[in-house]
Amino acid sequence: MSEKNSTLKNILASNNPVIQYIRRNGGIIIGFFILCVIIQINTPQFLTWSNIVSVLRQISTNLYLASAITMILIAGGIDLSAGAVVSLSSVVVATCMVNIGLPIPLAILCAVVLGALIGFVNGTIVYKTGLPPFIVTYSMQCICQGIAYVVTGAQPIRLTDKSFIFLGTGFVGGIIPMPLVYLAVILLFVWYVLNRTKLGRHIYATGGNEKAAEFSGVNIKHVRWFVYSFSGIMAALAGVVLSARMYSGQPAVGADAAMDAIASVVLGGTSMAGGRGFIGGTIIGALLIGVMNNGLNLAGIDSYWQMVAKGIIILIAVYVDFVKQGKKLRK
Amino acid sequence: MSERSFLLEMNGIHKSFPGVHALDNVHLDLYPGEVHALLGENGAGKSTLIKVLGGIYTKDEGEILIDGKKVEINSVKDAEKYGISIIHQEIVLVPEMSISDNIFLGKEEGSSFMISRAAMEKKTQELLDSFNMGLKATQLVSSLNIAQQQMVEIIRSTFSEAKIIVMDEPTSSLSDKEVDALFNTIRDLKKQGIGIIYISHRMSELDQIADRVSVYRDGKYIATKTVKDTTVDELITLMVGRQMGNYYNRDYNECKETILEVRNLSNKNVHNVSFELKKGEILGFAGLVGAGRTETMRAIFGMDPKDSGEILIEGKPVNITSSKDALAAGIGLVPESRREEGIFPDQSIKFNETMKVLSEFIKNMRVDAKKETEIAQKYADELSVKAPGLYTLVGNLSGGNQQKVVIASWLAAKPKILIMDEPTRGIDIGAKAEIYAIMNELAKTGVSIIMVSSELPEVIGMSDRVVVMRSGEISAVLDRSEADQVTIMKNAVNI
Repeated sequence: MSEKNSTLKNILASNNPVIQYIRRNGGIIIGFFILCVIIQINTPQFLTWSNIVSVLRQISTNLYLASAITMILIAGGIDLSAGAVVSLSSVVVATCMVNIGLPIPLAILCAVVLGALIGFVNGTIVYKTGLPPFIVTYSMQCICQGIAYVVTGAQPIRLTDKSFIFLGTGFVGGIIPMPLVYLAVILLFVWYVLNRTKLGRHIYATGGNEKAAEFSGVNIKHVRWFVYSFSGIMAALAGVVLSARMYSGQPAVGADAAMDAIASVVLGGTSMAGGRGFIGGTIIGALLIGVMNNGLNLAGIDSYWQMVAKGIIILIAVYVDFVKQGKKLRK
Repeated sequence: MSERSFLLEMNGIHKSFPGVHALDNVHLDLYPGEVHALLGENGAGKSTLIKVLGGIYTKDEGEILIDGKKVEINSVKDAEKYGISIIHQEIVLVPEMSISDNIFLGKEEGSSFMISRAAMEKKTQELLDSFNMGLKATQLVSSLNIAQQQMVEIIRSTFSEAKIIVMDEPTSSLSDKEVDALFNTIRDLKKQGIGIIYISHRMSELDQIADRVSVYRDGKYIATKTVKDTTVDELITLMVGRQMGNYYNRDYNECKETILEVRNLSNKNVHNVSFELKKGEILGFAGLVGAGRTETMRAIFGMDPKDSGEILIEGKPVNITSSKDALAAGIGLVPESRREEGIFPDQSIKFNETMKVLSEFIKNMRVDAKKETEIAQKYADELSVKAPGLYTLVGNLSGGNQQKVVIASWLAAKPKILIMDEPTRGIDIGAKAEIYAIMNELAKTGVSIIMVSSELPEVIGMSDRVVVMRSGEISAVLDRSEADQVTIMKNAVNI
């Protein structure tokens, strides 16, 4: 960014939302495009319609969680339990259908209500006890993951109902995958809450300075309830969609989900310290992780090596952002 | 005095940040064994100058001489090497380590495999004793009060063989007794030939402790005076560049109508507090730190629970159990500690100013951005907040401007009753005068103000009546004709 001249500076200083977006996420956007070019050169099938759709479908469930976690981080919290809730929800929806014989909508409702409840409990404990959210949600992660294994004996539950499977694998109008449709609705909702509602301001205020927020008449308890419950609901939804995509209830499906989501959020420039963050950044963060995984897959690289690569790339990307922020703060 | 050679000289220092010429040809010199005070409004360049000296910022131009030799200070390490030690306003000790461990942090004694804890503790104890601190070397820093922690920082800097110690507002959170102890320490340091650069907003301290004083304004060096040969008025004139005169200007109103009545308010911090607030009045709350003034206000504002007592607004009892209730009842509270309780540093001026009035422009599922800007602009103008624009992050403003933003955010909520807890703490004289003018203006328009303040001249200068508190109870209510320093202090202390 050193070649910036003054006119460019003026343009960058404007408050046009598109320019703001580029200014906030410039580094990672450039990184993303470089990554795309490299992958395309190595494996020309990267930029084919079917591959793009498959990448988008893969990142969509990650983004359900990531969009909720964006709000939690902005509000000054964290949610490590989201991954276990994905697993539990997958197990619950399958059990409800296969073992109890509930109709599909009711089974989904059970999973979603359970997710909301878990989030609500997280929020209440964090608010009432003042324990660090890291500990509270980590404990919840253990509890939920444990229950998911206990209920299933660690075995997947096969699902065969065509109309349920459609919810995860179907297409709207023959081209747009169902998970992407839900994603669009979720992203719009989160953007709307953060930017267009009082609640959104209260979320930023709570994470930015909790005491000042309290003096300003913000109900901290409501903020905590909302962000954690929403995270629970999103995790449950991800669990349902993943089950439909994999034709089964899987007790370990969410194992890495919370960390992947948190990584996407942080890659997107949301502060772990609270008070600062944007849903737009989270989208690009999730895209980066998704494309990277896809690229490594296409190149035929072993999935364990993919984990190593993911770790390195996240570290570099967050460090670059950290340095950028650090410079700003020093000024 | 001019026969002696300088310990430190900084000549022609320039430092620019994008859009700001923070230091413009600035000068500072320091003799060994001298206390040299730096004066200037917030934003005058004192902190920047200190950061250049401490290696946190690198100067653009200019020279720094230590003991007459030119040196380059490009990092904090460099500064340490030349014996420069800076004691910041915020204390930087490790709370969960002992005094001894803190003092030796990074310079532990012993072999590479085993530190000799006993030896370090013995040395620390000797140092503590030499300062008559009555502390044990093994005590945890977290068990010390702020004044004691500050002393530990000072001891640490003397121990690291500092020749130059910079103290940035060391007394801002100390009681009078603690200030005396600090001044004794400073006198000891002087005897050892250490040069001390002393930054403070409290003019009254200069006579007691400083030898010379340099004044800065808008990033420029203005003058250096010998404390003995100057007056407070002269220094203030130099600081603001104009004659200040009496800045407590009050148009006293005839206050008849009672707007707020507190009856027998009690909780774990305060006992049986009863008082009345009249419409358009400024009611001062004086008392020592810990007398229960802030706690009274928190209880009225619904932030702390009440065990018993009644609050009446315009004659009607109100039940306030949260800050939200208080806002709805027309009460505002500018909190005591701006950084911890007042501002959202990562957010814009606009966000901060409109936080309490979101309902005015977020309606029917849409944000009226025009209205939002209007509100923010109106109050930013009314309080003359100095900033490049409404999008400027509040964390980047000076203390005085941050305080104005906090007040603006409360004025936007149009309170009938505005509680201001230490409204001018840690801000410069120019901003203080502006805040007094705003308070006077508010009272004239019928807003009733409760001002909690530990600065007696401010309480006496601004209040219609003064409530004095002592150990959680009201000890006196004084009319402005009876409220002088002696009467207030008599009622504030336990006899």
